[in-house]
Amino acid sequence: MIKVEVKNLYKVFGPNPQKILPLVKGGSSKDEMLKTGHTVGVNDVSFAVEEGETFVIMGLSGSGKSTLVRCINRLIEPTAGDVLIDGTNIVGCSSETLLEIRRHKVAMVFQHFALLPHRNVESNVAYGLEIQGVSPETRLKKAHESLELVGLKGYEASMPSQLSGGMKQRVGLARALATDPDILLMDEAFSALDPLIRKEMQDELLSLQRKMHKTIIFITHDLDEALKIGDRIAIMKDGAIVQTGGPEEILTNPANDYVRDFVQDVNRVKVVTASTIMEKADPIVTAKDGVKVAVRRMKQASISSIFVVDREHRLKGIITIDDAIGLMQEKTHDLDRIIIRDVSTVSPDTSLEELLPLVINSRFPIVVVDSESVVLGIIMKVSVLAGVLGEEEQDD
Amino acid sequence: MINLHIGDAVEVAIDWLTQNLAPLFSGIKAVLLWVINGFAWIFTVIPWYVMVLLLGIAAWRLSSRGVAIFTVVGLVLIEMMGLWTATMQTLALIFTATLIALLIGVPLGIWMSRNDTLNRIIRPVLDFMQTMPAFVYLIPAVYFFDLGEVPGAVATIIFAMPPAVRLTNLGIRQVPEDVVEASKSFGSTSRQLLYKVQIPLAMPTIMAGLNQTIMLSLSMVVISAMIGAKGLGITVLKGITQLKVGEGFEGGLAVVILAMILDRITQGLGENNKLKKRD
Repeated sequence: MIKVEVKNLYKVFGPNPQKILPLVKGGSSKDEMLKTGHTVGVNDVSFAVEEGETFVIMGLSGSGKSTLVRCINRLIEPTAGDVLIDGTNIVGCSSETLLEIRRHKVAMVFQHFALLPHRNVESNVAYGLEIQGVSPETRLKKAHESLELVGLKGYEASMPSQLSGGMKQRVGLARALATDPDILLMDEAFSALDPLIRKEMQDELLSLQRKMHKTIIFITHDLDEALKIGDRIAIMKDGAIVQTGGPEEILTNPANDYVRDFVQDVNRVKVVTASTIMEKADPIVTAKDGVKVAVRRMKQASISSIFVVDREHRLKGIITIDDAIGLMQEKTHDLDRIIIRDVSTVSPDTSLEELLPLVINSRFPIVVVDSESVVLGIIMKVSVLAGVLGEEEQDD
Repeated sequence: MINLHIGDAVEVAIDWLTQNLAPLFSGIKAVLLWVINGFAWIFTVIPWYVMVLLLGIAAWRLSSRGVAIFTVVGLVLIEMMGLWTATMQTLALIFTATLIALLIGVPLGIWMSRNDTLNRIIRPVLDFMQTMPAFVYLIPAVYFFDLGEVPGAVATIIFAMPPAVRLTNLGIRQVPEDVVEASKSFGSTSRQLLYKVQIPLAMPTIMAGLNQTIMLSLSMVVISAMIGAKGLGITVLKGITQLKVGEGFEGGLAVVILAMILDRITQGLGENNKLKKRD
């Protein structure tokens, strides 16, 4: 089910945005726009976010990502286009509808936490419920639940100024969760934190998300963060989305040079998975093929070992050419005797990071199997290296 | 060179106002007089030592022990100089002027903070109110309200209100943008935003405005006395006109003591607000 849909959204800043809009739609360059005294914040952006999905909008500063996210709860008024939340278009809706949506459907987490400095932690977390007119007992109860969820039990009476950055953002998160919204907008929520704390918060968000299944729109300028958190990622440049796709798709198949430049420094070992770099397991023998067939196939392919599978293509093990020739000299054909069953197997979503030690320590290629241990492909040392280096090198 | 006589136009306007808006002015006068006399009655009906005690406690609670001691010693000194009643009359005038300046100034400041056009219009008006020599509007004030406390209070209000307006406006504009955004993002109405976020966060600055308003009111005490306002101003004025240097000095000293007490107590108010924030 589509939870948030943005259609042909524009935001133009300046004295007379509506007059300038046709120019923007006509594709005027940035310099031409500047001459008119206007800047384009968001330029014809469309995307749809599924319920329970974490959608990351990534871009450098000035790419319009923060403007875009503020158009979703109309903290910034879009110049043109539609924003549908659960099918309700909030662009041009009444202020009552907007308040209703802000109070119950969408909550926001801010880069610099934006806690109310004159209120203690629990009163900050209860703020959203307070303005809805929820009774003090109920809202404090919910605030405490929410604080417990983010691991800040015991800090209810602290003032924001007494907390560290990481704790402040936990309060920010708890405040957003307290109203039990379906949608979380997170504007560079972890960008102001130290690297270690940031990682901790990312892990925390992922584990919370596994329990809560919120629809999250997450803004970041950090590609590693985007790849880690996002189910899908949209990359923004100059107010427009240049590519939308899953983390691996973005990495392995950049839409243009801009994205390619972006992803080239990424720590690929964390993102690229076994399924991307595996090769077809070919040649391969089945147990009933016998030793002669196995030896012939190895010779044809100039390889020194070959994987053995059963009729359902499930992995049985591997045989080496030396063992196979020995077996032929003994004039027996029973492959089972020489199958080495101690073969490293991985699932298709294993990351390169986890694959590396396996590949280094294994005599044989690694086998990629599904949960039924059906062989999906194999990974050689050389393909892991290619995976680490990236797509250009793979093409060479 | 063209001679432009703005003064003629102002005179015509003042004449017109005096003739046509007399009922309005007498209404304002009645209300102001009632408030000033009310405060003066309260302050003088309370025995002086009780009043000293009350102000001492207030200073202790709102500021510090040192300020409390200063308050008690200063007020006892005033009593011993025989200036208690005059001081209380002055206090009543300041109280009234400050109260009215805040009642007008704070809402106006809030409105200005939310409306840039109004901000641009009001700011030069505030400059005008603050820098136009007080004597210039003291005379029309006498036309409108006769001699006595009321024109003094009006002149004091005009002179003392600008900081209340300016600092309220400034305080609200200084509330961090992301805190305002956060409040809006949870569905606050603009009234909720104002009362739950903007005013509490602007409070230390608004309190600084209150402090400035009180200080400016005190500086008008002697000028008000020239048009017949009772209080310490009369003592000082007598000292000057009759060349009684000692008496004039005593009056002046009482004004200074009163000013210091009120300044420290109201500064304490603003700092208390900041402290609560930091806790």
